[in-house]
Amino acid sequence: MKSEKKVTLAHGAGGKQTSELIKQVFQAHFSNPEFTADDAAVLHVDGKIAMSTDGFIVSPYEFNGGNIGKLSICGTVNDLACMGAKPLYMTCSFIIEEGFSMDKLEEIVSYMEKTAKEAGVKIVAGDTKVAGKGQVDNIFITTTGIGKIIEGADTSGAYAKPGDKIIVTGDVGRHGCTILLARENLGIEADIKSDCAPLWGTVEAMLNTTKDIHVIRDATRGGVGTVLYEIAAESSVGVKLDSSAIPVDPAVKGVCGMLGLDPLYLANEGTLVVIAPADQADALLETLHQGKYSKNAAIIGEITDTMAGKVVVTTEIGAETLLPQPGGELLPRIC
Amino acid sequence: MDEQKKSALEIIKSYDGPKLRIMEVCGTHTHEIFRLGIRKILPKNIELISGPGCPVCVTPVGFIDEAVLLALEHHVTICTFGDLIRVPGTKMSLAGARTEGAKIQVVYTPLDAVDYAAEHPEEQVVFLSVGFETTTPSSCLAVKNAKLQQLDNFSILTANKTMPNAYQALKGSADAFLYPGHVNAITGEEECQKLANDGVISGVIAGFTAKELLTALAVIIEKSKTGRPYFVNCYPRVVRSYGNPAARKVIAEVMEACDSEWRGLGVIPMSGMKLKEAYKDYDARIKFELPEIKGKPNPACRCGDVLQGKCKPSDCKVFGKGCTPQHPVGACMVSNEGSCSAYYQYGME
Repeated sequence: MKSEKKVTLAHGAGGKQTSELIKQVFQAHFSNPEFTADDAAVLHVDGKIAMSTDGFIVSPYEFNGGNIGKLSICGTVNDLACMGAKPLYMTCSFIIEEGFSMDKLEEIVSYMEKTAKEAGVKIVAGDTKVAGKGQVDNIFITTTGIGKIIEGADTSGAYAKPGDKIIVTGDVGRHGCTILLARENLGIEADIKSDCAPLWGTVEAMLNTTKDIHVIRDATRGGVGTVLYEIAAESSVGVKLDSSAIPVDPAVKGVCGMLGLDPLYLANEGTLVVIAPADQADALLETLHQGKYSKNAAIIGEITDTMAGKVVVTTEIGAETLLPQPGGELLPRIC
Repeated sequence: MDEQKKSALEIIKSYDGPKLRIMEVCGTHTHEIFRLGIRKILPKNIELISGPGCPVCVTPVGFIDEAVLLALEHHVTICTFGDLIRVPGTKMSLAGARTEGAKIQVVYTPLDAVDYAAEHPEEQVVFLSVGFETTTPSSCLAVKNAKLQQLDNFSILTANKTMPNAYQALKGSADAFLYPGHVNAITGEEECQKLANDGVISGVIAGFTAKELLTALAVIIEKSKTGRPYFVNCYPRVVRSYGNPAARKVIAEVMEACDSEWRGLGVIPMSGMKLKEAYKDYDARIKFELPEIKGKPNPACRCGDVLQGKCKPSDCKVFGKGCTPQHPVGACMVSNEGSCSAYYQYGME
């Protein structure tokens, strides 16, 4: 039996093995004219630029619907997209645990290639470090990206206005639920797939429909609930949700019921919160329903001028109650 | 909205009879009642009181002290449900003990603690056995499993409680109980029926959905108009009149009734469960020769009054100031099912 090839400390030492690794794995997958062998990539960019960086330490590093590689591209691409920026270039930095499977690394990198291609972003530089056994958990990735803000787009968490409608671009809580089930050994079998997806296409389609969008936020850690509390505070407005309008996959709802969790607080990696004037909401929704990753988009509530900083929910019995703000230990290491 | 839900809602909203105090005994009910906003739709003359039905809330300070002692002095690994970690003891919580080197393992069922003990023969493992009739059977199964595997590194620290005598102790706190459906699924209807027959207190068994909770409240309102004691099982899809004999059998085999201290309520005779003589090797108190510990709760905390419906969480001086879910002073602020935590999170005054 052929022994499995593994990443060794020598692969991170800067010598012969390092260049082999770069050539055979990274260059093979990330190849593009701007991919540099020099100390830094040299790029031509015009106009207003958005820039973002994100570290990924998800455990487990593979999950239903993706892996840490796909996540590391989506995370940064989506952060740029939320500012109305078309993702152009990315760098990625790997910290790999000694003994990590070379085949798994290749699989992760090939996911990154595929996802970057779909998002239209080029990976132009990278770095690899290998840490001793036990010093990292399998593999950590940090990505940094820049994107060009498209003409007329101007979004911020501080721009929500009373009367605006709140849209989610998909059903909520799937990524968090997927990781929870993959990790916690709860003995619950459910067919739940992470929503992890690159969303520039989704945002571009919305901006082509109207530039009059006030807020776009990626509802990652802390989920839609946390994002709405952030926006309520940043814009000094109230948020009113209709609980029956919030799209939740039945399997996610079932798991949350069993574990006493609220899908509004579970992470998403392919779902955005969008806030726009009421007269734009229907057109946006129609656009979203035609998109690959936003078929389940829905209007879930509106911005109000009362209860600034708070999120209020109309429950299934018609009562209005505060959405409790989570505190303490939510699920760590989901992205 | 579903017809039954709608008519239940109308009965509740239109109630204008004498003041009606209803105690929801179960922590899950408390949580659902807040989540659905049921208190917001109640007329002024109906008051809902959150009773002592959250296992974390009624666990006395001394029990936490015993667990901390086991962890820090006897260096055992504590396996516990996550909520207990932040419950304050006299000097510290288990979270505090953890920062001083205690080994604390969160488990989802008592059986996980047995697996942990089997996988770590070099550690002494103690499971913190709290809970009512619903969780006690799995603690008993865990002990039976450990005996079957001849594990000599597993034991449990019991604080298991049973409801019937607590109902007696609380009878003056409310006009009717909303009985905990999950507990009655094990115990059946008999004990609650007897409380009504004997004229001790009225009540209905309630389920956990919006429809089930509203229906149960509407039934209480309608029945209370008759002026006679009543009992109704409003959760028949889950609660059988005879309960779950198999679960009761495993409890009877491994545990027996004993007096038990409830946080805030004091010692209620025969309201707890301890391991029987045949299983004493798995009793952490005997195994580690624990001294009798009298815990001292923070005197500012009014959890005891809250649990008896004598005051609202927001009447307590430390509520929302010194005592928050991030820094709980009393147990009712710790668990999601605790009434102080629910009041705080849902912004109730």
